[in-house]
Amino acid sequence: MIKFILRRFVVMIPQLIILSVLIFALAKAMPGDALTGQLASNPKMDAQTLHELKQKLGLLDPPYKQYLHWAGGLLHGDMGMSVIHQVPVTQLLAGRMENTLILSLAILILSYMIAIPLGIVGGRWTDSWADKMVVGYNYLTFATPLFIFALIMLFIFGFVLNWFPTSGSVDIRVEDGTFSYYMSKLNHLILPALSGAIVNTTVTIQYLRNEIIDTKIKDFVKTARAKGVNESKVYTQHILRNSFLPIAAFLGYEIVYLIGGSVFLETIYGYPGIGQLFIASISQRDFSVVTALVMISGLATLIGTLLSDIILSAVDPRIRIE
Amino acid sequence: MSNQPLLELKNLRTSFRINNNYYAAVDDVTLTIKENEVVAIVGESGCGKSALALSIMGLHPQGRTKLEGNVNFNGKNLLSLTTSEMNKIRGKDIGMIFQDPLTALNPLMTCGRQIEESMTYHTNLSSGKKKQKALELLKKVGIPNPERTYKQFPHELSGGMRQRVVIAIAIACEPSLVIADEPTTALDVTIQAQIMDLLKDLQRQMKTGIILITHDLGVVAEMADRVAVMYAGEIVELADVKTLFKNPLHPYTRSLLNSIPSTASEKDRLHVIKGIVPSLQNLPREGCRFKERIDWIDDHNHEEHPILREVEANHYVRCTCYNHFHFPEEIGDSKYVVS
Amino acid sequence: MSFLKVNNLKVYYPIRGGFFRRVVDHVKAVDDISFELKQGETYGLVGESGCGKTTTGRTIIGLNKSTSGEILFEGKDLTKLSRRDFHHHRQDIQMIFQDPYSSLNPRKRVLDIIAEPLRNFERLSPGEEKRKVEYYIEKVGLNPESIYKYPHEFSGGQRQRIGIARALTLNPKLIIADEPVSALDVSVQAQVLNFMQDIQKEFNLTYLFISHDLGIIQHMCDRIGIMYRGQFVEQGTSKEIYSNPQHIYTKRLISAIPDINPEKRVRQVELRQEINAEYKNSYEKYFNAEGKVYQLKQISDTHSVALP
Repeated sequence: MIKFILRRFVVMIPQLIILSVLIFALAKAMPGDALTGQLASNPKMDAQTLHELKQKLGLLDPPYKQYLHWAGGLLHGDMGMSVIHQVPVTQLLAGRMENTLILSLAILILSYMIAIPLGIVGGRWTDSWADKMVVGYNYLTFATPLFIFALIMLFIFGFVLNWFPTSGSVDIRVEDGTFSYYMSKLNHLILPALSGAIVNTTVTIQYLRNEIIDTKIKDFVKTARAKGVNESKVYTQHILRNSFLPIAAFLGYEIVYLIGGSVFLETIYGYPGIGQLFIASISQRDFSVVTALVMISGLATLIGTLLSDIILSAVDPRIRIE
Repeated sequence: MSNQPLLELKNLRTSFRINNNYYAAVDDVTLTIKENEVVAIVGESGCGKSALALSIMGLHPQGRTKLEGNVNFNGKNLLSLTTSEMNKIRGKDIGMIFQDPLTALNPLMTCGRQIEESMTYHTNLSSGKKKQKALELLKKVGIPNPERTYKQFPHELSGGMRQRVVIAIAIACEPSLVIADEPTTALDVTIQAQIMDLLKDLQRQMKTGIILITHDLGVVAEMADRVAVMYAGEIVELADVKTLFKNPLHPYTRSLLNSIPSTASEKDRLHVIKGIVPSLQNLPREGCRFKERIDWIDDHNHEEHPILREVEANHYVRCTCYNHFHFPEEIGDSKYVVS
Repeated sequence: MSFLKVNNLKVYYPIRGGFFRRVVDHVKAVDDISFELKQGETYGLVGESGCGKTTTGRTIIGLNKSTSGEILFEGKDLTKLSRRDFHHHRQDIQMIFQDPYSSLNPRKRVLDIIAEPLRNFERLSPGEEKRKVEYYIEKVGLNPESIYKYPHEFSGGQRQRIGIARALTLNPKLIIADEPVSALDVSVQAQVLNFMQDIQKEFNLTYLFISHDLGIIQHMCDRIGIMYRGQFVEQGTSKEIYSNPQHIYTKRLISAIPDINPEKRVRQVELRQEINAEYKNSYEKYFNAEGKVYQLKQISDTHSVALP
C-alpha cells in the first residue's frame, strides 16, 4: 500500500513538470502582461520606466530562464508576487483556498445528505410514486444549469426574502474567532453551498439508484433472503454496501471537481474563494496568480485520482493495491 | 428412511405477470418429500424447476407473482405466512444452495461472517460461540484450513471452496430440508464429484431432506432417491431413481435419456427432441403438453385432460401417450427423424 | 506433411511486480505442448477450467500471441506469418464459440452476421452474398427467411447454428469449437452435436473440439488430449483414454463423470475414493517437485502418457 502510494507520487513528478511547462508556455503566449494595462492608465509611466520595471521583474529574460526561475520558486513554495495586489501569491491564496475548501466540503456533505436518501428510495422502491418523484427531481436538476439556478436562489432567498446575505464569506463587522464570527461564516455559506449541492446531486442519485436496482437482483441477495435475513437488514448489510462502491470510488474526483467548479458559484455569490480570484486574475492579466492556480488544480486532480484509488481499495476487498 | 412427510406440495401453481396476464410457470404440482429423502426435480430450462424451488422459499418478487395451492411444512402452509413469519423458517428449517458460488456470496463480506449471519437471526449464540460453530461448519464441509477461510473473502477462494462455503451457510442452522438449485452446474467435473459426495455425506449424517433441482441426469442418478421429471410446468413422471432409469415411461423422460452423450454407450447419433420448449405465454394449456413435440404419435393416444396417474407401485406418469410411444428411429420412420 | 502440427507451443503472460512494475514471473497458460491433427478427424482437448485448452485454441486461430513454438498449418508456420499472410490463412481456420447468446452481435441481422467473414475476405455483389448466406442458413437447418431477423428471435440451439453458418461461409478446413454446447440444454445439445457430425462429413471438416465435458468429448472425438496446468498429461484414441487411462489425473477426471446408472452409485463413490487415495499416495510418480507433469512418453503407436 505505502509502496503503491510512493510509486504514484514518483509518477506524478514528470506529470507535474510537463504540466508546469505547458502552463508557463500558455501564460507567455497570451497577449500582454501585467504592466500593459498600467501603461494606458498611468500617465506617469513612460517607455523608459516601463522597460526598467520589466527588467526588474525579469520579464525581459529569455523564456527558459524565466521558466526555471518560476519553477524553482514553486519548489520552494514561492509562487511569485501578484502584480495587481502587490502581495506574494501564496499569501493571497491562503485565505481564499480555505474558503473554497469549506464551500466544496459543504457542497459535498449537503449533496450526499440529499442524494443518498433519494437514491435509496428510488432504488429500493422502483416504479413507486416516490421513485417517480426522485426521477422527476433528477431530470429537473440535470436540466438546470448551475449559474441560472444559483441566480434564482440568490434572488429569492437573498434579495426577496432577505434570509441570507448576498455576498462575501463573513460579515466584516464581527471579530475574528468569536462565536458570532463562525455563525456569520455559516450564514454566508448556506446559500452557495445549497445551490451547489442541489445541482450536484444528479449524478450521485442516478448512480446509487441504478446500482441498487442492479444489486437487489443479484444472487447473494437471494442467499441473504434464504438465510432469513429480514428485508431492512438485507438492504443495510448486503445491497447498500455493494451499491455504495462506485460512489466511494468517485469521492476523490468529486472533491477536485467541486473545487474546480466553484468558479460560477463564487462569482455569483461574490464569495471570496479561488474560483472568483481566478476569473479576476485572468481579466487583470495577473499571470503569476493564474499559473499558480492552474498548477494547484493540476496537482489536486492527481491527488484526487490517487485518493479515489485508495478509497476504493479500502472499501472493496477485491481490489488490492500493492 | 422414515415415511414422515417433511414437505407437502399440493396443487402448487406459481404464475408470473407478463403484460397484465398471469402465466403459470409451475402448474398444479403435487409432490411429497419425506424426511431424510433426496428428491430430484429434473428438466430443461424453462420447465419450471427453479420457479418451484423459489416458490417453496417464498423468494419470488412480490407483486409480480401469484402463488396458489399449499406448501405444507411442519404443519403450516408456507404460502399463508407473512414475510416475517417466513423469515423465521428460511435459513433455519429450510436451507438453500444456489448454482453459482461466485455470485451467491456477498463479495464484501468475509466467509465467516456470511456463515454466522444465519445464526444471528435464528439463534441466541454469543459471537464467540458463533465463530466456533462457523469453524466447525467449515471443517464439516471439507475446507482444509477453516481458521484461514473464516477470514477470507469469497474472491480469494476457488470455485469448489466457494461452493463448500455456500453449503456451510445452508446447513448452518441444521435445517430439516435443503433446496439445492443446480448445486454443481457451475463447477468442473472433479469438483462436481467432490461436491456430490460431500452433499451425500452430509445428508446421511444430518438426515436432511433434499430437493435437488438439476438438468443433469447423471447427477440425478448419483444422488436422488426419487425423481420428478418436469416439462412445461408440470410433473410428467415421478418414480424412485432405479425405476426411472431402468424403466422410463413418459416420452419426455425417454427422449431426454436418449439425448445424453453417455460414456456407457457409443451410439453414433443422439436423439433430438423435435421443436423447442414453448415459452411461458405460448404453452399449450390443454391436453398433453408434450404432444407437439412427438407429432408422429396419433392424437387419440393422448388424453384430453392428462393427469399424473400411478401406473405401477409408486411410479406415476402423466398422459396415456406413453403406452403408444416409440422413437421414429425405432421403426425407421425417417420422415420424423430430426437431425 | 500433417494438416495441423503444434510444436512446443508456449503461451506465457507476464506477472508484473515491484516498484518499477518489472516482469517478475509468468503465468504459463500453455507450457510446451505438441500435438498433431489429421485432416477430417475430430481431436478433443479436455481439461478443467484454467488448464489452457481455450488458450491453445485461441492461439492457433491467432486471437492470442504465442510466446514460442510453432503452429504448422499445412506446412506453414502460422506464428511466423506476417499480418497479411496470416489474414489469408484465417479463411481456412474458423471458430465456434461457447455462448450463443453473447457471441452474436444483437444489433445485427442474421444476414450481416453470417456475411461478415465473407465481406472481410471476398468481394461479392449483394445478390451473390445473399444467395451464399441463404445456402448456408439452409445447410444449418434454418428457414432462409430468417436472415432478416435478429439474434434474439432465435433459441439457443438456433443461435449456435447461426454461429456455425458464419464459420462455414469461407469454406474452412479446420474448425475450432470452444465448448460449443456447454450453454445448451441436453436435447438442444444433442441437436447441435449431431449437426456438427453431419457437416463434418459433408464439408470434410477437421475439428479441434475443446470441452470440459468428457461425455461429449467421448461421443465426438477420434483422439483426445488431456490437459492439466498448461501441459498434456495423456494423449490417445477415445478408446484408449476411456478404457485404459494411464495417468492418475486422467483416471480422476473419468471417475468424476457421474454414472447414468443409479445401481452403480456405491461403486462409483468407492472408485473415486480409491483413485483419490492413489493420487495422494503415488503423487511423486506422476508429478515432479514443482507439481508439474512430466514429458509425454509413447506407450503405443497412438497412446502417450506423461510419466518420468
